[in-house]
Amino acid sequence: MKPDVLIVGAGIVGSACAWELSQLGLRVLVIEDEAVGGGATAAGMGHLVVLDGSEAEFELSAASLRLWDQFVARMPEGVEYSRCGTLWVAADQEEMAEAQRKHNFCAAHGVRSEMLDPVQLAETEPNLCPGLAGGLVLPDDGILFAPVAAQWMIRDSKAELLRATVARLEGRRAILADGTVIEAGITVNAAGARAPHITPGIPVTPRKGQLVITDRYPGFIRHEIVELGYLKLAHAASGESVAFNVQPRKNGQVLVGSSRQHGVKTHEIDRHMLERMLRRAIEYLPALPQLAAIRCWTGLRPATPDGRALVGPWPAQPGMYLATGHEGLGITAATATGRLIADYVANRPPIFDATAFLPERCFHA
Amino acid sequence: MSAPFDITVVGAGPAGIAAAVTAVESGARVLLIDDNPRPGGQIWRGDWNSGREGDWLNRLAASHVQLETSTAAIDERILDKGRKLILATGARELFLPFPGWTLPGVTGVGGLQALIKGGFDVANKRIVLAGSGPLLLACASLAREKGASVMLVAEQSDSAHLRGFTASLWRHPGKLIEGARLGLSLLGSAYKTNCWVESAQGREHVESVQLRHAGRTWQERSVLLATGFGLVPNTELAALLGCHVEDGAVHVGDWQQTSRPSIYAAGELTGIGGVDKSIVEGRIAALAATGREAEARTLFSDRTTWREFAAGLLRTFAPRPEVLSLAAANTPICRCEDIPLSEVAAHGNWRDLKLATRCGMGFCQGRICGSITRALYGYGPNSPRPPAVPAPIQALLEEREL
Repeated sequence: MKPDVLIVGAGIVGSACAWELSQLGLRVLVIEDEAVGGGATAAGMGHLVVLDGSEAEFELSAASLRLWDQFVARMPEGVEYSRCGTLWVAADQEEMAEAQRKHNFCAAHGVRSEMLDPVQLAETEPNLCPGLAGGLVLPDDGILFAPVAAQWMIRDSKAELLRATVARLEGRRAILADGTVIEAGITVNAAGARAPHITPGIPVTPRKGQLVITDRYPGFIRHEIVELGYLKLAHAASGESVAFNVQPRKNGQVLVGSSRQHGVKTHEIDRHMLERMLRRAIEYLPALPQLAAIRCWTGLRPATPDGRALVGPWPAQPGMYLATGHEGLGITAATATGRLIADYVANRPPIFDATAFLPERCFHA
Repeated sequence: MSAPFDITVVGAGPAGIAAAVTAVESGARVLLIDDNPRPGGQIWRGDWNSGREGDWLNRLAASHVQLETSTAAIDERILDKGRKLILATGARELFLPFPGWTLPGVTGVGGLQALIKGGFDVANKRIVLAGSGPLLLACASLAREKGASVMLVAEQSDSAHLRGFTASLWRHPGKLIEGARLGLSLLGSAYKTNCWVESAQGREHVESVQLRHAGRTWQERSVLLATGFGLVPNTELAALLGCHVEDGAVHVGDWQQTSRPSIYAAGELTGIGGVDKSIVEGRIAALAATGREAEARTLFSDRTTWREFAAGLLRTFAPRPEVLSLAAANTPICRCEDIPLSEVAAHGNWRDLKLATRCGMGFCQGRICGSITRALYGYGPNSPRPPAVPAPIQALLEEREL
């Protein structure tokens, strides 16, 4: 029987779409050629973070975190959710001013946050280097192991999962690599950085990231720590950048990031970028070189030209919705993205005004 | 970048030492690196006065091989050290899970042997050794020599298999076999075939071991249990460098060359086979890498002999189905992340298993649990990433200032 919805990609975004669309009573088929949650979902840090780069970005991340609260309450222990909070570190007074601006923004938008002076910062995270200007903690941010979250969403949605490679996704049908054609009421392209491979013309390009994970060092850091310079680095439209971004996994392992390389499609470790990234982290955490690294890996984030995700109908392909282009915010934004797609499909008022994310802005007939 | 050495050898066990010494005797500039403090690998532990082991160690010491110990080769930067690379990264023990296998006091048989050689006192300690293969006997005989009370050596292979194998041994004199013979003669009734460990009991530490033999089970009081179910090649570095790995071993051609140009592999890495196979493969790799193919060719028949011997060993001591199904639902499979069998069994491939349970995501990175899943289910880790072995973050940086 023809499914009502065909979703390509069982990453965290496709899985969240499957869950929300199933709540509408629709028959959902998800096609994935690898493991559920196996692509960028597994490669990423799994940081749930409120961002305030723009009102739209704030709305998307804040709405998502509220939804995540409901999800993690129901998810198994294996999802390893921890409300460790985000600590934005200010290296100098200019960044401290940015911390204050963020703090004010949060206060105006009903998000808890707390300013730290240098003494409080050192007490909060004793392994940070001395001489920092201070920081800002957002205590309600968190982390989780996203593959297990994606698996739970697929399971709980009762959506049908098909392990197959999609060669093309067009309008209301998918053509598999073996030539099989599957028709559906609507389709959702949630294939991450591979979205344009199956539907040419979608303005998504890979932005490669590298991560290192260490052995267990419980208490080495307590928050997801990010340098305040992160956003200007991360949102530089092209080129390469690194930023200090570390995470305490629930089991004591430390995840060390982050880096961005535009347009690189391969998964090899880039030694130059890896080293730049580690040196940046060591500037903030001088004891880091002694920690044992157990694995380095890379992932491809789906980036868009304007840095905003693509969520909604794709005018170039009637019957198709896009849920991709989240770059480094995919894990956070998955829940609201799923809800928005369901809102559009059900023709009900969206969870927030997400006009800024409608793909039509990138469509030029 | 111009390479300072003609040949880099990774791993200073028998294969690596034989390769390095042979290559340097051909006039090559040779670098030999090993992550242990001393050369010798897992099997040679610095007995300079003993026969062949002493010979090779002395030849190495007298040679112009540049030896760097306590140095791990963790990623592709090892290729910058020399024009050609010979991998001799050896093997590790295979652990098979049974209830109690993670209790303190349970070790690998190779691990116990190394501990005893390192000075660990076993005098008057009650020890059970269980598993398969001549290493059990060699370790039992060493333990007894150091005053241990060897309660039992449980060989899971059946006596018919063993008789066939023993009958073929006259062609393969060797230290391992001598050790095993010696052990056998000393042990008498403490050696049982068709016998295996079912579980280990104890609160904080092993107190007793449950064994099965001829349809009967009993408890043997013991403070140490050493298990040996065979070895697993350390293929991580080779795989990371892009060498083709097949059935858990690095695939090599006649000259010990891997699928990657200028990279050779020798010893346990290419298939478990013991010291003699390792030495001959190390020599062939070094001769081929230094352009002495004709001499290498003269060693081919030796190599064939030892490979056949190795194949016989593997057949004779392959774990029986009962030994592969001892774990209970709550027996840990992944020790790092504490994942029990019940959670592991539900997945059909390594990637799904890992992403659903975190199995293999801890310190061992699948070296232990992945070998178990390979033995039990036929799949294990398949996406090598640096570092090949855990290493300080410092080691991921170039060696200039921090």
